[in-house]
Amino acid sequence: MTEPLISLRGVTKRYGTGPNAFEALKGIDLDIGAGDFLAVMGPSGSGKSTTMNILGCLDVPTDGAFLFRGVHVEGISRDERSLLRRRYLGFVFQGFNLLARTTALENVELPLLYRGEDRKQRRDLGMAALERVGLERWANHSPAELSGGQQQRVAIARALVTHPDVLLADEPTGNLDSQRSVEIMELLTDLNQSSGITVLMVTHEADMAAYARTIVHFKDGLVEQVEHGGRA
Amino acid sequence: MLLTTIVLSLREIRRHMLRSFLTVLGVVIGVAAVVTMVTLGSAATKSVQSQIASLGSNLLTVIPGQGFGRGGGGPPPQPFKPEDVDAIRTQIAGVIATAPQVQSSVTAIRNSANWSVTVNGTSDDYLAGQQWSVVDGRAFTSADEEAGRSVCLIGNTIRTNLYRAEEPVGTRIRLGDVSCEVIGLLATRGQGGFGQDYDNTILMPYKAVQRRLTGNRNVQTIMVAVDPRYDSKAIQDAIRALLRERRKLDADKDDDFNIFDTKQLSDTLSGATNTLTGIVTAVAAISLLVGGIGIMNIMLVSVTERTREIGIRLAIGAIAREVLLQFLVEAIVLASLGGLIGLLLALLACMSLSLALHLPFLWLPRINLVAFAISALIGVIFGFFPARRAAALNPIDALRHE
Repeated sequence: MTEPLISLRGVTKRYGTGPNAFEALKGIDLDIGAGDFLAVMGPSGSGKSTTMNILGCLDVPTDGAFLFRGVHVEGISRDERSLLRRRYLGFVFQGFNLLARTTALENVELPLLYRGEDRKQRRDLGMAALERVGLERWANHSPAELSGGQQQRVAIARALVTHPDVLLADEPTGNLDSQRSVEIMELLTDLNQSSGITVLMVTHEADMAAYARTIVHFKDGLVEQVEHGGRA
Repeated sequence: MLLTTIVLSLREIRRHMLRSFLTVLGVVIGVAAVVTMVTLGSAATKSVQSQIASLGSNLLTVIPGQGFGRGGGGPPPQPFKPEDVDAIRTQIAGVIATAPQVQSSVTAIRNSANWSVTVNGTSDDYLAGQQWSVVDGRAFTSADEEAGRSVCLIGNTIRTNLYRAEEPVGTRIRLGDVSCEVIGLLATRGQGGFGQDYDNTILMPYKAVQRRLTGNRNVQTIMVAVDPRYDSKAIQDAIRALLRERRKLDADKDDDFNIFDTKQLSDTLSGATNTLTGIVTAVAAISLLVGGIGIMNIMLVSVTERTREIGIRLAIGAIAREVLLQFLVEAIVLASLGGLIGLLLALLACMSLSLALHLPFLWLPRINLVAFAISALIGVIFGFFPARRAAALNPIDALRHE
């Protein structure tokens, strides 16, 4: 077996200190291969969001090892984590999190701004990403003028525009009706299969998780079960 | 990256037009007030100085009589005599010109027209001291003076009123009961600093005025022009000592004459202007401080309001320094825009006020530059704290923020 893209070894996360301390993760071991489509499921408080935050380099483990592309990243600084996110990761959120009063294209261009791409390059890559999600005609519309499904596709375009290795989606269909949800899941599946992007997705809904290749069930701060197969 | 940040912050300011404007109002008012006051103050000083220069630069005027505010009583002051003028001219070093002045108000009559004028009996030193010239004809000579000839130089107002298009030089004019030959036309001088019209003056040799108009040998005032290389104070002291001796004043007696210095007058007036400018500038500085606090306040609100945006930016890979820079640049751009508006307002205010107050219009590059720099600096100082707060946000909390 090739080396996994991401490895967690004995990862714990504790909030607070002393008698009030709360242990959100009690020792997670997880390997995620490049090109995988992974769904994370579990009840509230099971540790799935905390795990996603650590995987997304938004948070750090209290203990344990986190290897990304074979490199230990559990101890890196705040700015180094930012640079890692900038270079390798893309985020899609439940609430879309687009900048209001900013056009779809400007939203998509945002990550390129931090990469220091010039104006033309930003425009070209931004339009390409919008085309990829089928919204090139909506480039100059603000989020308020778009439907929820369209907004989420703009958010996906924003995550894609830097060609990340990993796309992290936190309940991407949580705010959408079933028709739009299916469209979003098909888009994610397509990105995973045709572009080889590793997709990590948190979801509550079993029929959304069914799009994934691997389903990881969390319970009480531990990985309860890893299911392989699924629809993919 | 910096240019992009500036463009982004301009976009952000445009999105909140009204709020941005209200935010920088303090800076706008402060900058406008400082620049307007300093500019008008300079204009006033300049105007006062040029008016005083039009009196003749660094002139002393010696007037008989005791100091102001002493109340009446006592005998009238002893007038000066022509010998006092000669004494000053010959015995005091550093005096360029010394001229007696014997003034008389008369009605000038030319053909059937008459006009009320001031006749000033003096010597040709007067023109030198006042830096006044004769544009047509000639000035009177010491021969004219010695002989007390009835010759005169007329100002332009008199020419306008009594001669119209006619050439005045060579004609005769009647001053009261005295007939007088016009030998020259004085250069136009305009209004003096205190409202009198210099051009409504007729100059005659003082002996002629004494003999024909006033009927005595009294000299009302003595004008002394001081060499600018000499200390005016020392010369005043020398004149005072000389006149006390000539007027036989005992050591325990006060002076029975006064010496006025136009330079002193100019300094006093400039001092008053500077004080006023200083006070208003201090008030404006407080306005700038309040304006800065206003900017900080709104930037803090803005950071709270845009917590999610900051979370998004952090999540897609912005590092702390970039978020800090974004908010800092926004505050600086905001404050600088306020400064620019303030400068524009100041320009308009100076234009209209200089018209209304009859002051020369000035545009001082230095104060404009300094005021603009200060407004930008306010952005830096009061934008830093909110920007640092934004940069220190935790991306997870920021994204969850409602």
